[in-house]
Amino acid sequence: MMQSVTCRKIKNHLMSGVMLACTLAVLIPLGLIFFHILKMGVSSLSLDFFTHVPAPTGEPGGGMANGMFGSALMIAGASLIGLPIGILGAIYLSEFGGSKVSTVIRFAADVLSGTPSIITGMVAYTLLVVPMKGFSGLAGSVALAMIMIPIVLRTTEEQLKMVPGSLREASLALGVPFWRTSLKVTLRSALSGVLTGILLAVARIAGETAPLLFTALGNQFWSKNVLQPMAALPLQIFSFAIAPYEDWHRLAWAGALVLVTVMFALSLTARYFGRMKQAG
Amino acid sequence: MRSCCTHETDRPAAASKKTEPALARKLGGDAVFRYLTTFFAFSILAILALMLYEMTGESLPAIKEFGWKFVGSKDWDAVQGHFGALPYLYGSVVSSVLALLLATPLSIGAALFITEVAPGRLGALVAPLVELLAAIPSVIYGLWGVLVMAPWLQSTVQPFLIEHFGFVPFFEGAPYGVSMLAAIFILMIMVVPIITSITREVLLAVPQSQKEAAIALGATRWETIRVAILPYGKSGILGAAILGLGRAIGETMAVTMVIGNAPNISLSLLSPAYTMPSVIANEFAETTSKLHASALMEIGLILMVVTLVVNALARLLIWSVSRSAQGGAA
Repeated sequence: MMQSVTCRKIKNHLMSGVMLACTLAVLIPLGLIFFHILKMGVSSLSLDFFTHVPAPTGEPGGGMANGMFGSALMIAGASLIGLPIGILGAIYLSEFGGSKVSTVIRFAADVLSGTPSIITGMVAYTLLVVPMKGFSGLAGSVALAMIMIPIVLRTTEEQLKMVPGSLREASLALGVPFWRTSLKVTLRSALSGVLTGILLAVARIAGETAPLLFTALGNQFWSKNVLQPMAALPLQIFSFAIAPYEDWHRLAWAGALVLVTVMFALSLTARYFGRMKQAG
Repeated sequence: MRSCCTHETDRPAAASKKTEPALARKLGGDAVFRYLTTFFAFSILAILALMLYEMTGESLPAIKEFGWKFVGSKDWDAVQGHFGALPYLYGSVVSSVLALLLATPLSIGAALFITEVAPGRLGALVAPLVELLAAIPSVIYGLWGVLVMAPWLQSTVQPFLIEHFGFVPFFEGAPYGVSMLAAIFILMIMVVPIITSITREVLLAVPQSQKEAAIALGATRWETIRVAILPYGKSGILGAAILGLGRAIGETMAVTMVIGNAPNISLSLLSPAYTMPSVIANEFAETTSKLHASALMEIGLILMVVTLVVNALARLLIWSVSRSAQGGAA
């Protein structure tokens, strides 16, 4: 440690430079990805993208309207399954749960959220696609719900725990039954935080591709029946990106731009709700 | 309110009972609510149990048929009914470990820059940006990887490596573009935001007193980082890196799109390879036999167990830091 002061100062500046270089090395590829999505996406996006189904192989034009519709429908389905389990499960953890049981359930949720998303697709396949003898949007919704549940559960629980106990006691002291207190007072005061969690979960599943590969499967045409194979925006981006046609690549870029825009809009809204919570 | 009540009492008792749900009448709203929330909370346990049960059950035919040979053989022939997962295991391990070796130093450097070096406002700008990047779907990384990065690797990086380092076995062969190298790069780009944001949280948990003590002894900023901050956050940073590893092993879409999907076991990073999630993604929807599906299920089971162990380890490490930080504050 008997280095001269100059030497130590030089070393200090050198290492600061290295750290700056690391930050740049982290940000440059990500900046490039954005640049390409914007450049290719904006030039490929047209009104047709939002109103048409993909054109037959080799023909120019077409859009991903069916994929966007399918994604929206499957996300709605996943929310119908996932939100009650996530939110009511979180109420159990924060309001009723004994410590041992809660730890086990939290651990299970952590395991679920750490499981690669393709596994949920395999499970939904064996549970729904095989017995029902066909790929379906419903199976896609179930696979997405399995990803959604642990996210909603953990964020909702965090938010409910932050509600002061005095609020619950005040409500109970007025003679309000416990279940009404939980729903109308505890959940209500944590609402903006809970909404943040829900939006982040929706943003997450909106971009998931792997769980849909062998559940919803994808569809070149309009598919409104949840018991039939269904198109999804991420699936279309995937299959168009690896296809050898220039036109399809352009559609994939346009799809990527739409997907990223929707996801960022969701995260920004979520942040807005999060802020509201802090301000209130 | 009053008229309502009188109305109720006027009615025959049996009719008023009918208007309430039978269970609620018996138990009261609170009990129903309690049972309902308990049911939903335990359904999460049920989902996990069902998942493990299905994965194990469906893998059994392959486990019975091949035993340990499954992970030791590189024979994957759906027509003949021979299945060995070695090329996929090899591809998964090599791509994620090498991606992690590249990503971890970069992430630590970036996290240190954000928390310790950058002027306040710059750090506050970069941090949420990194968080946002961690949320980009993997199919979009894959799209960029296959349409922008792989052609660039093929035309620029790989010919350069072959020309100057072709004598090293890691860089021999032809420039394909889609390759192990492409998978390593795309995984590195994907896990960097995750490791950076967790490392940043770990660094923020280092008590101010630790830094101040080092500064009071006359340490420069780098010396403060080296003697006070890094040793304190060591296990947490390791946890962040392992969490990144878990993410990299399970990553499906982006890798499938750039790795070339050829079951090679080759030292060369330029040759196409295959990973466990990729083979599932490519073959599971069109299996030719029960045994084929079962073999893919077994790969899925291995994948699930590996990520489970890796994630548990990471959480334990991160948790130990946040706990000791809380202990130190109290």
